[in-house]
Amino acid sequence: MSSISVKNIIKSYGKKKDKVIALNDISFEVKEGEIFGIIGPDGAGKTSLFRILTTLLLADSGTAIVDGLDVIKEFEKIRKRVGYMPGRFSLYQDLTVKENLDFFATIFNTSIEENYSLIKDIYLQIEPFKDRRAGKLSGGMKQKLALSCALIHRPVVLFLDEPTTGVDAVSRKEFWEMLKGLKAQGITILVSTPYMDEAMLCDNVALLQKGKVLSINTPAGVITDFKYPLMAVKAKGMLPLLEQLKAMETVKDAYPFGEYHHVVIKNEQLVQQVRDTLSNSSLSDLQMKRVEADIEDCFIDLMKEK
Amino acid sequence: MRTLKFLLQKEFRQIFRDPSIIRLIFMMPVIQLLILPWAADYEIKNIKLSVVDKDHSDYSRQLIAQVTSTGYFQLAVYTNSYPEALEQVESGNADLILEIPSSFEKELIKEDESTLFLAMNAIDGVKANLGSAYLQSIIQDFNKEVRIEWIQFPRFSPETQIEITSSNWFNPLMNYKYFMVPGILVILLTMIGTNLSSINIVREKEIGTIEQINVTPVKKFHFILGKLLPFWLIGLVVLTIGLFISWAAYGIVPVGSFITIYAFAALYLFAVLGLGLLISTYAQTQQQAMLLSFFIMMVFILLGGLYTSIDSMPDWAKWVTRFNPVSYFIEVMRMVVLKGSGLIDIKRHLLIMFGFAVVLNSWAIINYRKRS
Repeated sequence: MSSISVKNIIKSYGKKKDKVIALNDISFEVKEGEIFGIIGPDGAGKTSLFRILTTLLLADSGTAIVDGLDVIKEFEKIRKRVGYMPGRFSLYQDLTVKENLDFFATIFNTSIEENYSLIKDIYLQIEPFKDRRAGKLSGGMKQKLALSCALIHRPVVLFLDEPTTGVDAVSRKEFWEMLKGLKAQGITILVSTPYMDEAMLCDNVALLQKGKVLSINTPAGVITDFKYPLMAVKAKGMLPLLEQLKAMETVKDAYPFGEYHHVVIKNEQLVQQVRDTLSNSSLSDLQMKRVEADIEDCFIDLMKEK
Repeated sequence: MRTLKFLLQKEFRQIFRDPSIIRLIFMMPVIQLLILPWAADYEIKNIKLSVVDKDHSDYSRQLIAQVTSTGYFQLAVYTNSYPEALEQVESGNADLILEIPSSFEKELIKEDESTLFLAMNAIDGVKANLGSAYLQSIIQDFNKEVRIEWIQFPRFSPETQIEITSSNWFNPLMNYKYFMVPGILVILLTMIGTNLSSINIVREKEIGTIEQINVTPVKKFHFILGKLLPFWLIGLVVLTIGLFISWAAYGIVPVGSFITIYAFAALYLFAVLGLGLLISTYAQTQQQAMLLSFFIMMVFILLGGLYTSIDSMPDWAKWVTRFNPVSYFIEVMRMVVLKGSGLIDIKRHLLIMFGFAVVLNSWAIINYRKRS
């Protein structure tokens, strides 16, 4: 059974003249108990999608079912069953950590003690600061508190809108560990992120761009779908090199990738030709190697294709 | 009910945790009520008078002495040239010019009548009007005295004269503080009601916490009530402080009962809190809310009958005041404090205020949606 089912959702903002289509005919399914990632650049429509699914925003058309409940007709029931952590920290900054948690527990008619087992691992990390005001916490702490508050009523589905944006690498890693723990407890998690490396940590990912779903697949599936040979190239003078690569007929795409440039070649037969051309040109310190595509290469390709 | 309790608990925690709000709530009534009534005075004093005396007679000196002895006028310039006096008006040293012609005393004795010339600086309209009125009545008194001195026979004046004596009911000494202080108290309550509630809700919008509340099963009725009740209570506390200050500083004890005042204030606060709520549903930022409530307050104060009488406004303005809750409360306050009106006397006001509360709050609740 699918936990979230989205069918043909369309949402646009603004009047006729400067109409912006945020979501353009979106459909996807999220299975129960999986971590489903929505990957997309800023402005792809991720937050609009989350607001529709958490019953805060009405779609122009289309249907969305969360945990078997319609987001329009049964929004009151949905609100009892989902946890939502918006992208921006939105807890009461002038209340302490414990007061925030208590408050959200009580308005869901429950208590911290009742669901302590669920949030224990996360809450233990912020417990030393429980009498500190939420506004005075560090970014990573705020994020943990927000997650605790979103979980305090033991939701069936958890919506996390860019939870790791603006958080350091170590905290990001910790955060994904926590999500795995929650998944083990049977909670379905829909998470959006602009970071492509996080896509690998999801069970399924949907790539969203300009309000359209470009692909839905498992991270491994996304990679195997990538059919082009890929090379990493490095030389003295990276910028002229990039220009040169982009101008080559045999090259489909070239873009900076870490300390190398990644070069997508049109087909397998042309690989040797590319190697030869590069070797014969007057590039100093030239390094070339074949590499396996990772998920970022796949997404860049998908985004440029559509 | 349980949810409401927790919402209230949270709201009070936040209010009491913000020291500047607490300070404001208690300082505002104290400062406004202690300072404003002394400055917002209808009586015009210290009018700077410039006298052009071309006569230099006994009578002209007597007249000048009588004018300056009242305390309303200060003799700023004493000269015998009108242009010089006008120059003083132009440079702001004088407000009024009284010109006494050279034959003043002579004509008064021989012809039984004489003329004086009065010129005033009308830039400050109220001052000019009241100043010339004061001066005219002083001159009339002077005129009467001169007549009594001269017309010995027949003993009774052949001309019929109507003399008016007036008595000021409900405020025998015409102490303006008695009607200013209750009025200022009303403005204070209105400001607390609209500003505090609207800004508080808009702040939740700005920080994004309203979003977090919206995804919870909290009913919008509970949420709104949780917002209104704390400020309703604060409003009543401010009213109590205000009434205490009016007694301690001005000796104002309402002739009517406190129950009447509190009953009306309780209803009134619901109306203005509803207005604050309504503002918050339209405003997206605290700035917008502030500006909007400031604009509304301005209209309310100027068209509320605190400084200017509603009866003397043009018809269209009178219509506007009917939609101004402040005007009703000011009227009720003055009725209860000065006249001793009871609940029955203000039942029309109560009914109208009930209407305001119902309309404003329902409008706000309809306009406040948990989803867009």
